[in-house]
Amino acid sequence: MASVSAAESTPVVGSPEVTVECVDVCKTYRQGDLEVVGLDHVSLTIEKGEFVSLSAPSGGGKTTLLNTIGGLDPPDSGRITVAGTRVDGLGKAERARLRLEKIGFVFQAYNLIPVLTARENVEFVMQVQGVATATRRDRASAVLAQVGLDGLGDRRPTQMSGGQQQRVAVARAIASEPAIVLADEPTANLDSSSSQQLMELFVELNESLGSTFVIATHDLQVMGYTRRQVRLLDGRIVGDGPPETASHS
Amino acid sequence: MEFQLAWRNLWRQPRRTWLTTGAMVFCNVILVFLVSLQLGMYQLMIDSSLRPFVGHLQVQHEDFLEGQKLRQVVPAAATVAADLRSNLQLETVSARGQAFGLASSEERSYGVAVVGVDPLFEPGVSSLPGLVRQGRYLESFDAQEAVVGALLAHNLRVGLGEEITILGSGRDGSFAAGVLTIVGFFESGISDLDRSALHIPLGAFQEIFAMESAGHSVVVTAPSLFEVDIVKQRVEQTIPSGGDLAVRDWNALEPGLRQAIQSDIASAWFMYAVLIVLVAFSVLNTQLMSVLERTKEFGVVMALGITPSRLGRVVLLETTLMGVIGAVLGMVLGVALLLAIGRTGIPLGSIEELAAQYNLPSVIYPRFSWIGLVAGPLMVMMGSICAALYPAFRLRRLEPVDAMRSA
Repeated sequence: MASVSAAESTPVVGSPEVTVECVDVCKTYRQGDLEVVGLDHVSLTIEKGEFVSLSAPSGGGKTTLLNTIGGLDPPDSGRITVAGTRVDGLGKAERARLRLEKIGFVFQAYNLIPVLTARENVEFVMQVQGVATATRRDRASAVLAQVGLDGLGDRRPTQMSGGQQQRVAVARAIASEPAIVLADEPTANLDSSSSQQLMELFVELNESLGSTFVIATHDLQVMGYTRRQVRLLDGRIVGDGPPETASHS
Repeated sequence: MEFQLAWRNLWRQPRRTWLTTGAMVFCNVILVFLVSLQLGMYQLMIDSSLRPFVGHLQVQHEDFLEGQKLRQVVPAAATVAADLRSNLQLETVSARGQAFGLASSEERSYGVAVVGVDPLFEPGVSSLPGLVRQGRYLESFDAQEAVVGALLAHNLRVGLGEEITILGSGRDGSFAAGVLTIVGFFESGISDLDRSALHIPLGAFQEIFAMESAGHSVVVTAPSLFEVDIVKQRVEQTIPSGGDLAVRDWNALEPGLRQAIQSDIASAWFMYAVLIVLVAFSVLNTQLMSVLERTKEFGVVMALGITPSRLGRVVLLETTLMGVIGAVLGMVLGVALLLAIGRTGIPLGSIEELAAQYNLPSVIYPRFSWIGLVAGPLMVMMGSICAALYPAFRLRRLEPVDAMRSA
């Protein structure tokens, strides 16, 4: 097992300072007839407000870890706590509620709902949460302005560039003020200029909102924007520290 | 949220939506028209079965329907009929007497049903007076004359102006006998009636069968079939209370007619059910394809925290919306078709002359009714929603991670 914490003083488990705590998490999945180890006894603690990148070569386990933290894929064993809630052992509906209330997602392929406008996409999660119409409209406008899309709220995803769509996805992820934002290869489909703008936006949001950001990536440029880099290889954590000091153990 | 998503999802593939909705519309138009035509046919069947004799309602002695006995009478039948005409403000009320006897001509004798009628009011409750093919119908309340079925006249070998003798038992057990002059022959098209019935004036009937002022029934024809229940209630309020009289509607008087209609409804609805199932399969195909196409999208919204049951509701709502559009358009076009065909009706074609001979209309008209308008489209909508249950329930098995990986 490889587990290294960047924090010099370990935060108390379940304290408000800890957003994510993974203890000895294992996950295997099947690919055809093969059984693939996705996570191999992973232990990890992420504190509130941290800006973390998960890096690994393809198949190294970064997306599996992100999905497991996000309650999309339950672990086979181990313990995961997200914003004070134990994720392992939760049922499908309870995991859905956890995602709705505490987690924001940004995907590689933007994954906006094509039949909704940018504003409606941003409002979507809040609408499902039951936020009052006026409140969520104001909030959506504010967030769209924050991500630099003021005035583009009425456009459908097909009427926007990739970079703009990803900004809408970011706005959707942060609109409901989740405890943690999980982004899976958010810049993979963007050109370098858009990638840079998006990462600058992430940094700005992390600083202004104080939300925890975890970004799965294999892009060195992206890692450079984060303050902590967790490196995975074959489902194990092999490095954890500031980007410039991350190294294989 | 669900409504907004469902509505917009429908128009992502407008051609597919319109094809599926078009199948619903077509089915609904057919159902609205056929059910209305069917109701029109039933009305015709009921009218043509009840008009010759039975009427919509009859006031009888409570045991007469079962016993058919001469002594099971309505006292002062003509007075009861007059009271009903006055209280109901309805002219189509007439008193009758009914007995079995032997009709004899010079050459032959046959068992017959002798019906005593009030010649003035009988045409209001029966089509028989209008079916006299030779001679005339009865004119006087107590004349010693008779109108006989054409087949009976043929069998008795009697002609107009000739006399027949009626023999039977009187109400008091006495020997009943009367000599009547034949003034007309009727052809109802109902062979039993034409072979064995004869009408005589009620006064003559009461005299021959020692009925005094009694009769066996007071026949009432309501303004329409749909007012029978209301008229029945009013008749029940009008007839003398505490007696042994009963008011019976056509369902009780002609149970076979209702069974025939029910049997026809069952076979017709089998055909309609086939249509509805075909539409339901079309909806199933559309929605299944639509759900499969959107698997990745469903995975994304599930990742955002939407539960599969809520997504299932969106799919069901999409189908419901298609069903509502199909129902509204189907009803509008169905009514338009009814109006167009309702003006001219549907000719009976080769049997037109036969129909006219028996006092039946030569054209069938579909009958507009709310049930005819709503029943079919409602069932198509329900069938479609049932068909969409499978794709909706499939979503329950969907895992967000697997769904997002799908192409």
